[in-house]
Amino acid sequence: MSSSATRAGPQAARRERPLSPHLTAYRWPITMTMSILHRITGSALYFGTLLVAWWLIAAATSEHYFDFVNWLYGTFLGRLVLFGYTWALLHHMLGGIRHLIWDTGTAIDKQAASRLGWATLGGSIVLTLLVWIAGTIARGGL
Amino acid sequence: MSDMRTPLARVRGLGSAREGTGHFWHQRLTAIANIPLILFFVGFLIAINGAAYAQVHAALANPLVALALLLARGLRTILTGVNAWDPAVFGGVVVLLAAVALCASYLPARRAARLEPTAALRRSE
Repeated sequence: MSSSATRAGPQAARRERPLSPHLTAYRWPITMTMSILHRITGSALYFGTLLVAWWLIAAATSEHYFDFVNWLYGTFLGRLVLFGYTWALLHHMLGGIRHLIWDTGTAIDKQAASRLGWATLGGSIVLTLLVWIAGTIARGGL
Repeated sequence: MSDMRTPLARVRGLGSAREGTGHFWHQRLTAIANIPLILFFVGFLIAINGAAYAQVHAALANPLVALALLLARGLRTILTGVNAWDPAVFGGVVVLLAAVALCASYLPARRAARLEPTAALRRSE
């Protein structure tokens, strides 16, 4: 602000205009962040579904093709994408459950909604880790 | 004269969305049905991950597994190997899931539908 005021020259003496409560002017409430994340994860699921579809098509095509897709998903980058997809799926599911809770009219006040927002985030991260630990155990790892 | 109703009668009770609670209960129906389907999907992938082709193929050939995956992911993929086609099982699962989800979405939908819009707008909390 000070640099722009110096550049303004003669107008520097003018009083600062009050800021409107805009996206950049105040800290994001967790409910807003979760709302945006719900949209983003929802869109990401379209992409994740394509990955699942590809995997299923590969399984329906031939063993050779299936092994190729399986190998691709097993690479470091592939696993990273699948990890993100797992989180997006579980986060979107928990977000959906949160909305279903709100449908009943409960936990709709500011404090409860914020707690629910944090619970969604924490729950999705914990669930994602649990799914991957369970997946690794099922593979025979660990 | 395709519609005998007055313009007011046509929109009465449909609210600002102009389609009443139609979208509301459609959305809830699919949302609630998705919870068990997604849990199954994740569980299936945990169990099958890293498995060889023959094992995956056999698992997907199970009609219940294939159906649940189809419903969960909304895929229209042609799955070869789905030959154990049992109409009773397929129909039964579809009807059961639909019935459960419909029951679970009916109550909040009815509550929302019975809400007087003017009363809801007037209430300032």
